[in-house]
Amino acid sequence: MKDLTAALRMTAWMTLLCGGLYTLAVTGASRWAFRDSAEGSLIERGGVVVGSALIAQKFTSQRYFWERPSAVDYNPQPSGGSNLGPTSAALKQAVDQRRVALEKADPGEGEPPQDLLFASASGLDPDISPAAALYQVDRVAQARGFGPARTARLRTLVEAAVEGPQWGLLGEPRVNVLKLNLALDAMDRP
Amino acid sequence: MHGSDWMQIALYWAVLVALTPPLGAHLARVLRGERHVLSPVSGWLERLSYRAAGVDPAEQMDWKRYASALLWFNAFGAAAVFAIQVLQDRLPLNPQHLPGVAWDSALNTAVSFMTNTNWQGYSPETTMSYLTQMLGLVTQNFVSAATGIAVMAALARGLKGRQVRGLGNFWADLVRTTVHVLLPLAFVWALLLAGQGVVQNFRAYDSVKTLEGGVQLLAQGPAASQVAIKQLGSNGGGFFNANSAHPFENPTPLSDFLEDLAILLLPSACVWAFGLLIEDRRHAATLWAAMFALYGLGLGTMLWAEFSPNPVFHQAAMMEGKETRFGVANSVLWAENTTVTSNGSVNCMHDSLAPLTGMVAMLNMLVGEVIFGGVGCGVYGMVVFVILTVFMAGLMVGRTPEYLGKKIDGKDVTWVVVAILLPNAAVKLGAAAACVLPAGLAGLGNAGPHGFSEILYAFAEAAANNGSAFAGLNANTHFYNLALAAANLIGRFAVLVPVLAIAGNMASKRYAAPSAGTFATDNALFAALLVSVILIVSVLAFFPALCLGPIVEHFLMLAGRTF
Repeated sequence: MKDLTAALRMTAWMTLLCGGLYTLAVTGASRWAFRDSAEGSLIERGGVVVGSALIAQKFTSQRYFWERPSAVDYNPQPSGGSNLGPTSAALKQAVDQRRVALEKADPGEGEPPQDLLFASASGLDPDISPAAALYQVDRVAQARGFGPARTARLRTLVEAAVEGPQWGLLGEPRVNVLKLNLALDAMDRP
Repeated sequence: MHGSDWMQIALYWAVLVALTPPLGAHLARVLRGERHVLSPVSGWLERLSYRAAGVDPAEQMDWKRYASALLWFNAFGAAAVFAIQVLQDRLPLNPQHLPGVAWDSALNTAVSFMTNTNWQGYSPETTMSYLTQMLGLVTQNFVSAATGIAVMAALARGLKGRQVRGLGNFWADLVRTTVHVLLPLAFVWALLLAGQGVVQNFRAYDSVKTLEGGVQLLAQGPAASQVAIKQLGSNGGGFFNANSAHPFENPTPLSDFLEDLAILLLPSACVWAFGLLIEDRRHAATLWAAMFALYGLGLGTMLWAEFSPNPVFHQAAMMEGKETRFGVANSVLWAENTTVTSNGSVNCMHDSLAPLTGMVAMLNMLVGEVIFGGVGCGVYGMVVFVILTVFMAGLMVGRTPEYLGKKIDGKDVTWVVVAILLPNAAVKLGAAAACVLPAGLAGLGNAGPHGFSEILYAFAEAAANNGSAFAGLNANTHFYNLALAAANLIGRFAVLVPVLAIAGNMASKRYAAPSAGTFATDNALFAALLVSVILIVSVLAFFPALCLGPIVEHFLMLAGRTF
């Protein structure tokens, strides 16, 4: 009986301490130290929030660089992958369709980089590989009516947008698509 | 694989090995109730916790009382999580006005978080209010981890004690572990993660207009605080549906490194602490080496399988279900870490891994989470296998088996058999039932042998209290919510209670000094024997099932078949 009461009181106390006070302490400290990142790394353009640097957006226009395929159509409600397995006929079909679509949109570029063929784990992967960004340069330039000089500038823009491994070692080189497209719009503004 | 992949894995292990001794020593001091480096900072919190619950930390508990205090505390914890979920629409901090959670899902989640499983049958961002996540789930993240460490401490005291009844005090172990180890570590980790971009706020979801003019709803919430402890405490239940693949939960390669490190940090330190508590560091080092051997075997197989070509897609190292910023090697490293421990968080979708990669993930769980395992429970699960190994070695040479100076008797071995067989049975019977019941087959996300793998994986993780998934299986149904909750309970308490019983039995025995005939438990021979016993018991038990799932899928994949 004594342990029963203690168990009840300990449950209440731990809920207050670990659930309540700890969460509030972390919230307070992270707001003070890392306000932007704890708030979702939002990006503004002209005073209006246009997205988060960490979350992929849906791009279908020829005038923009495209993200990786998303099993949740870039809608974070909820996030997730396709969960299709390595012998899945549905995955095979999806990949074949994506290959055909990419080869039509980007003629003469050859086999698409595989991160553009396969869906990400979260459905919200904000990055593509540098190869996947370069693959799309000619299409974007053509859709925006760029001549050779501006196309070359666009290529430089993409190369500048490549983030190397963190601290030179961790993770993979990558290009953030939303940031790249914002830079592209800025460059294309008359 | 590139050189940079190997370097990241090497860096991971270098940091982990460097942190193991100091953290293990701290944990041992905390569990002994000695003064330690954090005493001036958190000592008052420990005393306040005893007063708040009205307990006397000096009171000794025998194994039955220790178990009953633990079970009552866990029962109230699960009840609290259940109640918060079903009532969340009437409680504050629910900016998205999410309705109360359905009873069967709420029951599954309550049981799963209380047993340190943290399976996500639900999608958090569309199901759980901020209040439910912080007060319900985060609390269990802490105390279920502390419960595991408490049982490890009680077992160590039982092995060390000489003709005594007491195994220590559950409340003291629980409070000390929480306030001196878990809370400080989680606080530091949460801040580091928030600095990398893991969200931590209480705002309603942001609705933004995208560059192409669409509307996107960005989920927010107090994620960093939950992510930190779910990684450190072998919990693994994500703040978002995609778990640590979600960029708000794991935004950069550095956050990935920190979260991945947190998976093995305490499980590895627990082995060190156990060695200090039983005052036999050589034995603990032997256990650590056996775990590391099994770990290396698993990781090597996984890397080989994932980087081998898949003839169906004419690709090796497929990016399906993986994130660009982590790449393939970090995804596989995480998959190994999260399944050898009972963590269960993911940074890639396990359902889309190569067949044999997924098989190793299953095997890691089917051996019962003893390859480092969950915090505390990895050690006590391993000791179950150690006693079995010592017993079998004793039978082979015809001597009374002894472990750490205690003679092993029939009672100990009976409990060992219970602890090994019941979770085994839960996996097999559960998976078999799911294969013949329409309700079990209804949720499959893949056809062919991969569909069977989804079912086997679900029951393997449930009985191992892991919580990761072949997530193509839609398990948010009455059948899976209830069947998996039952497997959670068996996997947790059919090991935990026998371990406490063994601890109680050991504590009552007299110490027998080692003689020339004592079988040493602190050398390479013993480590090899231990590894063999684990492989024989677990691999043979599940080999037929694995043949039907990942192994046959592997060969059909090589033949180019799809389903």
